[in-house]
Amino acid sequence: MNADSLDAVADVLQSLRTTIVRAARDRAPLRIRGGGSKDFLGQQFDGDLLDTRPLAGILSYEPTELVITALAGTPLAQVEALLAEHGQMLAFEPPSFGGPATVGGVVAAGLSGPRRASVGAVRDFVLGLGCMDAQGRELQFGGQVMKNVAGYDVSRLMCGAMGILGLITQVSLKVLPRPAAEATIMFGCDASQALTLLNTWGGQPLPISASVVGSGSLVVRFSGARAAVDAALSRMNHDHAARRVPDDAAAQLWADLREHRAAFFSDTGRALWRLSLPSTAPLGSLPGEQCIEWGGALRWLKSDADPADVRAAASAAGGSAMLFQGGDRSAGVFHPLPAPLLALHRRLKQQFDAPGIFNPGRMYTDL
Amino acid sequence: MNTVADPSIRHADFRAQPDPERMRAVVERLRCILPAHSVLYRDEDKRPYECDALSAFRQMPMAVVLPDTEAQVVDILKVCRELDVPVVARGAGTSLSGGSMPHASGVVLSMARFNRILDLDPFARTAVVQPGVRNLAISEAAAPHALYYAPDPSSQIACSIGGNIAENSGGVHCLKYGLTVHNVLALRVVTIDGEVLEIGSAALDSPGLDLLAVLIGSEGMLAVVTEITVKLLPRPQLARAVLASFDDIVKAGDAVAAIIAEGIIPAGMEMMDRKTTAAVEPFVRAGYDLSAQAILIVESDGTPEEVEEEISRIDAVLQRCGCTAQRVSQNESERLAFWSGRKNAFPAAGRISPDYYCMDGTIPRKMLGRMLRAIADMERKYQLGCMNVFHAGDGNLHPLILFDANDPDSWRRAELFGAEILELCVEYGGTVTGEHGIGVEKLSSMCVQFSPEELKAFFAVKTAFDSQGLLNPGKGVPTLARCAEYGKMHVHRGQLPFIDLPRF
Repeated sequence: MNADSLDAVADVLQSLRTTIVRAARDRAPLRIRGGGSKDFLGQQFDGDLLDTRPLAGILSYEPTELVITALAGTPLAQVEALLAEHGQMLAFEPPSFGGPATVGGVVAAGLSGPRRASVGAVRDFVLGLGCMDAQGRELQFGGQVMKNVAGYDVSRLMCGAMGILGLITQVSLKVLPRPAAEATIMFGCDASQALTLLNTWGGQPLPISASVVGSGSLVVRFSGARAAVDAALSRMNHDHAARRVPDDAAAQLWADLREHRAAFFSDTGRALWRLSLPSTAPLGSLPGEQCIEWGGALRWLKSDADPADVRAAASAAGGSAMLFQGGDRSAGVFHPLPAPLLALHRRLKQQFDAPGIFNPGRMYTDL
Repeated sequence: MNTVADPSIRHADFRAQPDPERMRAVVERLRCILPAHSVLYRDEDKRPYECDALSAFRQMPMAVVLPDTEAQVVDILKVCRELDVPVVARGAGTSLSGGSMPHASGVVLSMARFNRILDLDPFARTAVVQPGVRNLAISEAAAPHALYYAPDPSSQIACSIGGNIAENSGGVHCLKYGLTVHNVLALRVVTIDGEVLEIGSAALDSPGLDLLAVLIGSEGMLAVVTEITVKLLPRPQLARAVLASFDDIVKAGDAVAAIIAEGIIPAGMEMMDRKTTAAVEPFVRAGYDLSAQAILIVESDGTPEEVEEEISRIDAVLQRCGCTAQRVSQNESERLAFWSGRKNAFPAAGRISPDYYCMDGTIPRKMLGRMLRAIADMERKYQLGCMNVFHAGDGNLHPLILFDANDPDSWRRAELFGAEILELCVEYGGTVTGEHGIGVEKLSSMCVQFSPEELKAFFAVKTAFDSQGLLNPGKGVPTLARCAEYGKMHVHRGQLPFIDLPRF
């Protein structure tokens, strides 16, 4: 960034600071928003718009350091395009659901895409971030290096916090090289058999980078060294008569899954649940259709089931259920927390945002 | 940030002696809730606990307790909270930053008896373990299933997984496989209020704030861990290493960047300078090139096909970057020989010098050449030698400053030398600790890395978990008073983008 751009950034920060300080004084909630691609996510709440998009720009990117630092309102598409020019990527494949997602929103929402089970989630790639607190002060946590254990990990605490602890102003993310080779296969397989296969393969040295189970088939992507991908392909062909999906169609398939453009997600009539379960959890008996990612650990469920039943089933399986889109949201969207854990959340919120101005109620009521 | 209660000040002085009457009363209460053999209060019994692996810092605790069960941990914490007694949790005592150094008026809570692997599920690829289990014991238990636990700190034969949680430990393979925070799924912890919390789960995402990330690396200051669920990975079928020599340390650094630029993430990438190879070679006979100014060890792992492909790519980059000699390990014993010098660098330092002081800063890799030149200047300035061992892949430096603890001035110079390296790390855009933690050792350096407002944010986290400031007080985060006394300004992370911005 040149000096003029930096001056402009300082002006934007000053204007955000003014808004925040005034909101804190008036105890008037703010609704932090980047591109609005995830407006549907979380609970409804009232708040004056705090638009992060003017706070945009890539602050530094050095491919050999494997780190990119961008202001919160920088479009995700801009970051991904720049990385692609250098053969690198955000390995956690954050979804933008077809909207103009920003980097700050990606980190605040904490959602990861198809590659998550093999490489890690957004939080695993957050190296550091800058934020503004309820007094308008800029704070920086973490940094731009891979290993850093100085102080509590506040950067990761802000990741997935839905903006309730403060305004993220900039983030540093670890990036990875694009794999040398990639290939996708599919074969007919019922869901329960697919779960068994995926968990078995998870314990073997196979370069699986994504999987999806649904409509009677199992689709698996392999990424890595050319030789490793080729070896996996011939094994899949031999063991399961798997069919190789042409590269263009495969790229489309994974992008559609990541962005929820796939046919499974087009049904708007029923509630869409996002179940995060141990990958070995059995399918269970909840009514509706499932689309299973992450080697079995992420289960999308379209269902008319009673929210209480869905949550009880997820808890019983050792996981959680989030009402992702639609459905009866009166009992909350995120999986309820046990009382002592919720109390700890309240104390953290009180410490970080005493006036209660940052996205209050978006994650849990009164938080 | 809200500072209603200020846990930063309460009990921050870990040298403050208790009066004998209070000590008797505390021991009495502890003996009511624990069997006699679980409470140590005589000097000769407490002596083994007076320091951890950073033996320059010592302090006798008021008492040591060794619970066997989580219920006992709950009782101990409730009693300590009621009597306002500081608690220092301790694993194997291998901390290099004094993280488990006792508090004079406090209790050391040894988790040594929590040494069982509770469950190992090869199908789910997870293990549930108690905090006193040794890091290496997890991989040993997983080995029959061709699985392992990836983070491998060099003390892994001795260090406990509970201590790894406290420090967010890394290891030589974390460039590819991540740190503790990337390999732990869930924790069961007891708060200072005696409440048991389940944080995270066997699923990949959990609802609410990411408290797992906050607890990992929190140096025992937020809660006491009683159970850990770790991820297990398939053991790579094959690993091979390349050993490359360079006649110039900056060229070696450039080769590291070039490998990354090529799109390769090696399983490990380590650098040693000439002083280090000279010190270790007579000791391990690894066959290092003693004429080289620096050597690199670059490891590739995976399937045999994968490794072959990657090694040939690494080889080509090293050639292009002007390495003067290189060898690829032809078998497992040769690979282990390549590593033997790196793994023995610390003992070798102990062999050529009465004592050594290990630093742990991290810098952006591109700053390596400048840092090494600066360290060479500091060797002259402080009249002390320094061996440079470096996790080159992730920019984590371990300069070993050679000194003599019997000479107080030598130790004083070693401390100043270390602090100057760490301050330079911050100036170069890095951090004062990559994997060893702040503990008691780097408190002053924290004042350089963080602003007072940022330090207050850390205390805000602390207050939310431990409002009375009883868990490992005085460690990890310096009080603002201490920073004022230290007198060095907070450096705002070097030449990073906002340097020109006005600060309000």
